[in-house]
Amino acid sequence: MLYRTAGQYKTSYASDQAVFPVRQDAILLGIILLLAWVIFPLTASEFTFQTLLIPILIYSLAALGLNVLTGYAGQLSLGTAAFMGVGAYACYKMVTLMPWLNPLVAILLSGAFSAGIGVAFGIPSLRIKGFYLAIATLAAQFFLVWLFEKWGWLYNYNSSGAIQVPNLTMFGVYVAGPQASTIVQYYVVLVVVSLLTWVTINLTRGTLGRTWKATRDMDFAAELIGINLMRSKLTAFAISSYIVGVAGALFVFMWRGAAEPNLFDIPLSFRILFIAIIGGLGSIMGNYLGAILIVGLPVMLNTVPEALGIHIDSATVEHLNIMIVGSLIIFFLIIEPHGLARLWALIREKLVIWPFPH
Amino acid sequence: MTDQAEGYTTADGRKIGGVVMEMKNITLRFGGVVAIHNISFDIREGEIRAIIGPNGAGKSSMLNVISGFYTPSEGEVWYKGAKRPPMKPYEVARQGVARTFQNIALFEGMSVLDNVMTGRLTHMKAGILPQMIWKGRAEAEETENRIIAERVIDFLEIQHIRKTPVARLPYGLKKRVELARALAAEPTILLLDEPMAGMNVEEKEDMCRFILDVNDEFGTTIALIEHDMGVVMDLSDRVVVMDYGKKIGDGSPDEVRNNQDVIDAYLGVQH
Ligand SMILES: Nc1ncnc2c1ncn2[C@@H]1O[C@H](COP(=O)(O)OP(=O)(O)O)[C@@H](O)[C@H]1O
Ligand SMILES: [Mg+2]
Repeated sequence: MLYRTAGQYKTSYASDQAVFPVRQDAILLGIILLLAWVIFPLTASEFTFQTLLIPILIYSLAALGLNVLTGYAGQLSLGTAAFMGVGAYACYKMVTLMPWLNPLVAILLSGAFSAGIGVAFGIPSLRIKGFYLAIATLAAQFFLVWLFEKWGWLYNYNSSGAIQVPNLTMFGVYVAGPQASTIVQYYVVLVVVSLLTWVTINLTRGTLGRTWKATRDMDFAAELIGINLMRSKLTAFAISSYIVGVAGALFVFMWRGAAEPNLFDIPLSFRILFIAIIGGLGSIMGNYLGAILIVGLPVMLNTVPEALGIHIDSATVEHLNIMIVGSLIIFFLIIEPHGLARLWALIREKLVIWPFPH
Repeated sequence: MTDQAEGYTTADGRKIGGVVMEMKNITLRFGGVVAIHNISFDIREGEIRAIIGPNGAGKSSMLNVISGFYTPSEGEVWYKGAKRPPMKPYEVARQGVARTFQNIALFEGMSVLDNVMTGRLTHMKAGILPQMIWKGRAEAEETENRIIAERVIDFLEIQHIRKTPVARLPYGLKKRVELARALAAEPTILLLDEPMAGMNVEEKEDMCRFILDVNDEFGTTIALIEHDMGVVMDLSDRVVVMDYGKKIGDGSPDEVRNNQDVIDAYLGVQH
């Protein structure tokens, strides 16, 4: 009886509204936080930080941002990578124009720029829906990447056309640039991702979350019960693009170290979309599960057969990865549109009543 | 029944107040189709006002005009003694007009409780910052409005399904949840578009009882569309009869029942 809810009575609405009304979920979260904040940093190798831990967190955050817009508010976007780019370039401009600025503050501020641009590109959503809106966001995708390439001011007119993350310190410690240590960068990412996840959980379970979900499920009914659709959609674009922009800043400043415009092209947008779909649209936890799978799968395909003494060349690994991810997308789109998060919920439901199925 | 400016008292002793909403010479055209042709009627405080008529008579269109979903081509809507300027549906809702739909329009991806809570959105005013940290006004509001939502849930006897996703519910219960969502708004006027359509006899009886109880206990003014003549005659204080977009009768159930035009329309006399 791992998941016993018997005996856990709610005596107030506030306790029923808690994020984890069931005690075991709170314990599970405790374990995850302990792993993320203490155990992994103590044990992980440089390789694990660089290929798994840091990218998983950053991709989760980007998917979380997309999920606010697509999973919660029902507005499909194919331009996620471009908005990550806006965050990254905004951060770059801020730290080079104002070197005294605290890097963490710069990262959190860079989301404000992507939020503004997100709202501007969200305006068509007031008129068009679904497929047509997706095409409109694709236009944003092309336009912004073109801008990153053509507007020299954005990359300080350097000859490579790429942005290079400078050495940045916070309280005397290097947090970005070639001098920064991986573990420090991991903690910066973890702080930002935890903070924004907590904020998103609060937003999605309250008034704004219900407003978004109502807009997603039946927009005309939403309007007739008193929801201002324009506000609902534009706040979704703003919050989503903010999170995505911050993820973009982390992506470049805490992980890649440098970026060319085409880094923010369509393949990255699709990668984030796949994470959100496989993880589960309309779920918070799904973004983490999806990111673990998408980031972890190629690493696993590279290392596990090797450890078992089977040699697979890297081209085959790549093909295998694409085939597995492709089948998973098809599986989730057709069989389980709510993704891994829904599968977990089903397992949990079974555990609650285990061992008596009736 | 005496019909004075100050209202009237019903046979069962309920006090009906003054006019709360008045439709004045409403005409609604869709291209060449005239869905509503120069119709006037009023709705009084505390009454159950029915709109009846054959399919395609323009009843739903009339509710859509009241809730601001359609803008009338001609005519005026008066609410609480003032002419209503052109308004978006969400603004009408915020003035205290709630409704249900002929084809259920629930939020399928949400639980029953969350659907009912969306009915409270017009009363929830916390800014985005308190919502982000789930503190202050946001937290307090959530509990206050949850209490009201739970009261409605108890009232409509749907406690047992409050955490169920609405997509899993049978049709009759969905209709009831939709009523709960509208009631949760504590509306001045409640518009019900065929609340009993597609229900079995037992479900219809339940729904009738709920409508009467809502009117009785909360004093909510109700305007409803219904097909079933028997039900309408039992429920309503006054009835508007529509046919081909025109008003062909208006009065108490007895008056309407004996009106020759109404009898013709319902017996399908060719026009
Ligand atoms: N959005 C619309 N566009 C065009 N015609 C409409 C629209 N809504 C209603 N109508 C027409 O108006 C008439 C009345 O429809 P409706 O109000 O739904 O009738 P009822 O609810 O009485 O069955 C019908 O002829 C219908 O085809
Ligand atoms: Mg109708």
